[in-house]
Amino acid sequence: MLEAFDATLLARLQFAFTVSFHFIFPSFTIGLASYLAVLEALWLWTGRSVYLDLFKYWLKIFALTFGMGVVSGIVMSYQFGTNWSVFSDRAGPIVGPLMAYEVLTAFFLEAGFLGVMLFGMNRVGRTLHFVATFAVAVGTFISAFWILAANSWMQTPVGYAVGANGQFLPADWLAIVFNPSFPYRLVHTVFAAYLTTALVVGAVGAWHLLRERGNEGARTMFSMAMGMITVVAPLQIVAGDQHGLNTLEHQPVKVMAMEGHFQSHDNGAPLVLFAWPDQAEGKNLYAVEVPKLSSLILKHSLDAPLKGLDTVDRKDWPPVAIVFWAFRIMVGLGTLMLLLALVSLWARVRHRLYDWPLLHRFAVAMGPAGFVAVIAGWVTTEVGRQPFTVHGLLRTADSISPLQAPAVAVSLLAFIVVYFIVFGAGVLYILRLMSQSPQRGEEGPHRSQPVRAAGITPAPQVSDGGN
Amino acid sequence: MLAFDLPTVWAFIIAFAIFAYVVMDGFDLGIGILFSWIPTGRERDTAMNSIAPVWDGNETWLVLGGGGLLAAFPLAYGTILSALYAPIVAMLLALIFRGVAFEFRWRDPGHRTWWDIAFSVGSFGAAFAQGVTLGALLQGIAVENRAYAGGWFDWLSPFSALVGLCLIVGYALLGATWLIMKSEGTLQVRCYRLAFGLGIATIVAIAAVSAYTPFLSDVYWQRWFAWPQVLFTAQVPLLVTIAAVVFFASLMRRHHYTPFLMTLLIFTLSLAGLGISLFPYVVPPKISIWDAAAPAASLKFMLPGALVMVPIILAYTGYSYWVFRGKTGHEGYH
Repeated sequence: MLEAFDATLLARLQFAFTVSFHFIFPSFTIGLASYLAVLEALWLWTGRSVYLDLFKYWLKIFALTFGMGVVSGIVMSYQFGTNWSVFSDRAGPIVGPLMAYEVLTAFFLEAGFLGVMLFGMNRVGRTLHFVATFAVAVGTFISAFWILAANSWMQTPVGYAVGANGQFLPADWLAIVFNPSFPYRLVHTVFAAYLTTALVVGAVGAWHLLRERGNEGARTMFSMAMGMITVVAPLQIVAGDQHGLNTLEHQPVKVMAMEGHFQSHDNGAPLVLFAWPDQAEGKNLYAVEVPKLSSLILKHSLDAPLKGLDTVDRKDWPPVAIVFWAFRIMVGLGTLMLLLALVSLWARVRHRLYDWPLLHRFAVAMGPAGFVAVIAGWVTTEVGRQPFTVHGLLRTADSISPLQAPAVAVSLLAFIVVYFIVFGAGVLYILRLMSQSPQRGEEGPHRSQPVRAAGITPAPQVSDGGN
Repeated sequence: MLAFDLPTVWAFIIAFAIFAYVVMDGFDLGIGILFSWIPTGRERDTAMNSIAPVWDGNETWLVLGGGGLLAAFPLAYGTILSALYAPIVAMLLALIFRGVAFEFRWRDPGHRTWWDIAFSVGSFGAAFAQGVTLGALLQGIAVENRAYAGGWFDWLSPFSALVGLCLIVGYALLGATWLIMKSEGTLQVRCYRLAFGLGIATIVAIAAVSAYTPFLSDVYWQRWFAWPQVLFTAQVPLLVTIAAVVFFASLMRRHHYTPFLMTLLIFTLSLAGLGISLFPYVVPPKISIWDAAAPAASLKFMLPGALVMVPIILAYTGYSYWVFRGKTGHEGYH
């Protein structure tokens, strides 16, 4: 079967697989680090023990998630060289320094204070411990800043010159960092991380409310999560819309694929709700359309003309069906998040936030929605940029290392097997931790085993491997 | 010749990152390598706890080494990593297994043995792959038209395998002496015994690699034995010998800190020796740091970041080690 794939496609699959798996973790830890900082701040401010209990409850989950994010992230920092050496050589002078700044300003900050945050509560005192938690939270944000600057530059490259050896040479660093798509992508991604985390926290709270309506920890986390979703979900829709308009300006071909617009429309383009985009034929099959709505959304005018893929050379088309559907999955889930926000707001106004099982079931079902939406969003933007790594300038096919297909195939299989074993186990452990309800006097990471064996605390932390 | 231009400065910064990585992740990889010789239960828990708060920061130096190489020497980054594809991928996979074991072994007592094996095998694998990578780099990488031009298995040779084994031994010594510093009682006694054998093995390993290297290329031979710089280069083996004598004496006298510090010194000298062999080549035998360097605009942009941030990083890393100073308990941090 593998003979059908060339090294470029395999290397792309490998990158897509490892980066998707990796991004699941930071999209959760960016939000969770901030949530932990808020919980600890509330505890220090109000003195209410429920905040400390919740802090310790989520800290254990954070420790697991962060570890997986670190090891899957190291893979990313080396994959540019192993599989994309030509890209590294040519774009390295611009992308490299941005990533070096990420390591220098963010990764070390997170890693340096993570140990204190996880294990140092009784060694450094409350204030310094809060400083450590805050530093980790800030670190996750700084990390997002730099890596999104690098990614956005690849989407909307500016501020560069091209050297005699084909390298992209930095001409204006301020323009490179604050490239046209960067502010939009940063806001959209950080909101997505906050939403993802709030959906998970809300689902865990709802799960325990369904079992134990009076659990104070479950009530507090559910209320905080629903509040967060109520604020951020509408903002995210606005941010996403603005990001889309920015993409229309700078990467119109991507928007054509997202919209499924094979044909140009001189007099108002329809919004294609559902269809099966047929790349070879260059048209949509089974299309369900709303006339002129796409022009209204994108151009704020019913009759505004919109160009289609028929104005673009076929060799510059992205894979339309993937972009089209990934975009719809993201938007669909975003709409459901808005619905959850509105329903929970209604419940809050009517004082039924903690005793409305239907809402709690809805919140549980929406627990994984953030992750799916985040991955779908990245698929939309990354596949939508194809067939280029540096948009319009460096083709994906010209970016790859001089590798033979079998070498890439073997490493891809190895990554798939290892990731499913390791991260499968990790997700299982996280779900086990989540399935335990938050308790008074919650303990932090690693307190459990030898001490518990001595019988000091009740209820083993983890059910014994299901035995 | 040794003008301090930007590529030279960056070569030293990246060399420092690699040095920091090797000694810091070295001792926590070393503990993984020694795991089979440490009994299950309190001793293993203590060994694990002694590195749990710091391993993540230690591994970040590896990301800085990779990211810094991409940023400062993009051509070298692309060439080296695609030439050494198999050992690099093996190292990444091994690091995944051992990295997750830190949390997983606590979360799943039913499968703790399994994750301990993952921790141990992952540490062995990462150390060996790093050694093979270093060995393969030293023996030279075929390059044409700014790209790797060799075969899939060029990295595999008796020399690269030898360096792989040597790095395992060296990391194990770092791990044993770290534990001497951080533990008490039976675990410490056990580590004194392990450190003695590993110390001998490390000296033999360094001697073997040092003896082999000059025969890899005439350039290395000239670098080490040409008159008059032999007066300078001869200081390296001399200092290693002195450090080794102090190391064994401190083991005999049951010092807590000196064995680790002497091992650090031996590693520092070995890496200095490596620098003497390689400089100014980043991808021997053809690509020098000036050939591979990113344009001055890139190097200048990053320089303040590195010069300001690295000292700050060292300061708060030092603080983190200070917080967890002293002997480690077996029961986890409270």
